[in-house]
Amino acid sequence: MIDIAKILFTVILLNNIVLSQFLGVCSFLGLTTDLKNSMGMSFAVIFVMVVSSAITQPIFQYLLVPNNLEYLQTVVFILVIASAVQILEAIIKKVFPPLYKGMGIYLPLITTNCAILGIMLVNIQESYTFFESLVNGFGAGVSYMLAMFLFVGVRKKMAQANIPAFFEGVPAALVAAAIVSVSFNGFKGVLENIFGR
Amino acid sequence: MADKKSSLSYEFTKGIIKENPLLVLLLGTCPALAVTTSAWDGVGMGLAATFVLVMSNLVISLLRNIIPDRVRIPSYITIIASLVTILQLFLQAYLPDLNKSLGIFIPLITVNCIILGRAEAFANKKPVLISIIDGLGMGVGFTAALFLIGSVREILGSGSFFNIAIPFIGGDNVLQPILIFALPPGGFAIYGLMIAISNKLNARFYARQPAELMDHEHYPGSIYDHHQALLEAETRDTLIAAGQLDGAFPLVKEKKEE
Repeated sequence: MIDIAKILFTVILLNNIVLSQFLGVCSFLGLTTDLKNSMGMSFAVIFVMVVSSAITQPIFQYLLVPNNLEYLQTVVFILVIASAVQILEAIIKKVFPPLYKGMGIYLPLITTNCAILGIMLVNIQESYTFFESLVNGFGAGVSYMLAMFLFVGVRKKMAQANIPAFFEGVPAALVAAAIVSVSFNGFKGVLENIFGR
Repeated sequence: MADKKSSLSYEFTKGIIKENPLLVLLLGTCPALAVTTSAWDGVGMGLAATFVLVMSNLVISLLRNIIPDRVRIPSYITIIASLVTILQLFLQAYLPDLNKSLGIFIPLITVNCIILGRAEAFANKKPVLISIIDGLGMGVGFTAALFLIGSVREILGSGSFFNIAIPFIGGDNVLQPILIFALPPGGFAIYGLMIAISNKLNARFYARQPAELMDHEHYPGSIYDHHQALLEAETRDTLIAAGQLDGAFPLVKEKKEE
């Protein structure tokens, strides 16, 4: 249980997927100008992250490892993610039309979001069990959402600031992200005290 | 302008300066932040991405009349993923240290926006040779930008350059390396400053050009473009704005119309 909690809090707070691991920075910078869009994307990411974790971990453990095909992981994972996204999109469209309206348009984009493939590879690298992979995937999705949510607020403030022309937009956002990222480093001591090193 | 546009040297140099993927088009930001803690890692990542970029442009350009339009994106991703696997096996065998320090960012080249972006915007509809040159130019521009960011971060953050310690910094000296530049926040800050500097230089260059040339077609990704893209992002179809960066999509759209 402690292990699970450690994985969850580490991936959400200390190793924040966007601000410390630099996964999904493209969509982070592209979408944080608007709260509604960023939340829609975040929910879609959580969803796809959990589903793909649940699919890729068994595929790797029971299909690729026994056949000595570990080197195929990149190709297999990206195809699994792409097809999972397609199937999910169709299911949601049919079963939950309101949910589809909310996050449907973000689903196809997620295939090329490096956060998803990145977390799948981390699951394998850290040799997490099935349940640990699920927790890591869910935590990564939540940490993506947390970073998005915080940064929407930062960008709202930035929009009112008087910024030099050549700093406006992405450069200023990156410098602000640096400051937000510093604050996430502060969780290091907290988590070490709770869970030990 | 028309004959200039088709020339090979134009396609090569545009990737390095006018349409630099990292500093002007703002594509492939993830590796730019993650693997630039040292100059050597930056160059290694750049060269790895250049290999995949050139090979994927070559293969996709060769297959451009065979791949059906409706399944082109999955086909491109599969081609790119296979190339990345080849690269990963090569690095594991011959450059294990580099492979270790780049970590999961080698397999993540698969989902790097630059590679899919060039496939979609260029190799998709151009002959083989010019596609290779385009990939090479983009790769060299990417490598150069990663090298710049990596050098600044290594010199400030670790007090060394290409793993060689700089005299008078670190150890017992008064000057100590500024550790934060080697940590994640430093990556964001230095990359942001680099884009700002590149914007400033671009703006200075564009200010000297005749006013009628200041449109998107001639100077994609210029500072004026970022402004325009940011303004439009609110109104534009969210599908276009999402996932990719401000400067990237107008360019892709424009190329499609050609």
